[in-house]
Amino acid sequence: MTMQIADSVQFPASDAKSRVHAAAARDTLRTEPRAVRIAIITLAILFLSVFVVLPLVVVFAQAFSKGILAYLTALTDPEALSAIKLTLVVAAISVSLNLVFGLVASWAIAKFEFTGKTFLITLIDLPFSVSPVISGLVFVLLFGAQGYFGGWLRDHDIQILFAVPGIALATTFVTFPFVARALIPLMQEQGTQEEEAAISLGASGLQTFFRVTLPNIKWGVLYGVLLCNARAMGEFGAVSVVSGHIRGETNTMPLLVEILYNEYQFVAAFAIASLLAMLALITLIAKTILERHLDEGHDVNDH
Amino acid sequence: MTIEVKNLVKRFGSFAALDGVDLKVNDGELLALLGPSGSGKTTLLRIIAGLDWPDSGEVAFNGEDALAQGARERHVGFVFQHYALFRHMSVFENVAFGLRVQPRAVRKDEATIRARVKELLDLVQLDWLADRYPSQLSGGQRQRIALARALAIEPRILLLDEPFGALDAKVRKELRKWLRSLHHEINVTSIFVTHDQEEALEVANRVVVMDKGRIEQIGSPDDVYETPATAFVHGFIGESIELPVQVEGGVIRLGDRPLRLAADGLAPGASKLFVRRHDMLVGPPGSGAFEGAVQHVRNFGPVQRAEVALSGGETIEIDAPRDRELRAGDTIGLEPRRYRIFAGA
Repeated sequence: MTMQIADSVQFPASDAKSRVHAAAARDTLRTEPRAVRIAIITLAILFLSVFVVLPLVVVFAQAFSKGILAYLTALTDPEALSAIKLTLVVAAISVSLNLVFGLVASWAIAKFEFTGKTFLITLIDLPFSVSPVISGLVFVLLFGAQGYFGGWLRDHDIQILFAVPGIALATTFVTFPFVARALIPLMQEQGTQEEEAAISLGASGLQTFFRVTLPNIKWGVLYGVLLCNARAMGEFGAVSVVSGHIRGETNTMPLLVEILYNEYQFVAAFAIASLLAMLALITLIAKTILERHLDEGHDVNDH
Repeated sequence: MTIEVKNLVKRFGSFAALDGVDLKVNDGELLALLGPSGSGKTTLLRIIAGLDWPDSGEVAFNGEDALAQGARERHVGFVFQHYALFRHMSVFENVAFGLRVQPRAVRKDEATIRARVKELLDLVQLDWLADRYPSQLSGGQRQRIALARALAIEPRILLLDEPFGALDAKVRKELRKWLRSLHHEINVTSIFVTHDQEEALEVANRVVVMDKGRIEQIGSPDDVYETPATAFVHGFIGESIELPVQVEGGVIRLGDRPLRLAADGLAPGASKLFVRRHDMLVGPPGSGAFEGAVQHVRNFGPVQRAEVALSGGETIEIDAPRDRELRAGDTIGLEPRRYRIFAGA
């Protein structure tokens, strides 16, 4: 986020010039000897190749090791299709829930002063600091046969554990902080003046939200949703505890990958894994684009 | 529209932002709220706008209780110090906002809205910027758009919070004149907040001087400058010399030195003597109430500003005409042409 003089927007030529100056200034600041620079860069590239690029390549290599036909067969297997469907459904549920929750929470935190605010912020971060397995176990303790609500649920014939609701709940819990975390700093920085202006111009609360607040934070919302979605689709630990691993019913993609792998069905396992890897790549690209938009948003209205 | 504020109190924790404020604003007036930061002037403005709520007290528009209404219903145009333009909307849409969010029953049709926005952009002389975005405008342009946006709803009252605070000196001066002529043209009851005395004295019909949540003086620009009601006002407005003096048995003393100034009707005890810098007349030694040695002299156009060490121990700055050149080391007599003494240390 850079402070920008308002006038520089009108004179792109001077902007370009200042960028050249900045680059030149960076060059003169670079004092390390050439050899050191090359060594450091090589080390970084080597590390990235071994730990990031290589595994990614291996996933795709394994997936296609028996040819494209075997790959497609693995993906169109009913068990695989059901896992993909379940993953999408669960992600849709938890992303929507967390979108609403994240908007409400960040609105409250950024625009109002109240006691217990710091506590709420800490609480929002809780799912990040707890191991996902524990997060899953919490729901077993609550809704399991021996759990607090277990008896009541059995009496009313409601199935939460080992079914879609349990998986969705666990995933929602784990992905709880993403949207709120993306929005709170953004909204705090933007302050409340535009909302105050809107209200004094006669806008209602809803009009203010949809016409002023939401457009200002839309890139932040998308950013939060993107990360939330990536984590929701990829979650293993918490889901593993509550899913019950019923084949063709409560297996999400990450769970199915593990099962198939343990059964030595490498092509099938890596075929599903390749989908998750692709999701990761798409997420990364989208994230880069969104971050660029977010940075642009920061410059606006600087004075 | 008249505004009447009665016994307004607002606290933030133990800090009293407003400590019993009474104020009456006449119809069509352009009033300045002047004071240092923390004096409560912005809080008062925000309460009138409905953006803040007092702990106790009354606010009435034309005799009608305004506190019964929210900011939305009050129909008050508010211009923020940092403009608060909607950053994702074009200049045109910013100005049109107030017209577009009206309830469907009273909302104008698109053609009327367009005509009205065009008219307002003409009024602030920025019709050529309609398609730009706020980030592409200069500070002065943004502030004028903010004003046009506030005027779009045909406000009953116009409130401006440090409208020129974030602008550079030259643009400020231009906008001041412009605001005055604009007010003359539209004649809506207006209040603006400022910490800049020159701005208040130049633009407003009446000036309200505030300090520590209280009103110190209300009066015309001439009143507050020529006959300040309190020591604070005298010190805050205009460049003043401030000297701690003792009033005892009809004599005014600066340190040990009795001053040849009339002490009629003054309460005995520690007091403060105020003189405008240009009201100190320079004469030969022994000729005036004060005597001192010139420390050094700087020239400011038509006047010379001299630092003078008084024989009472204080050092003051005076502005003297250039007809008699002062030099460092000169001993001079000083006679205040006009002065005021306020009781209290």
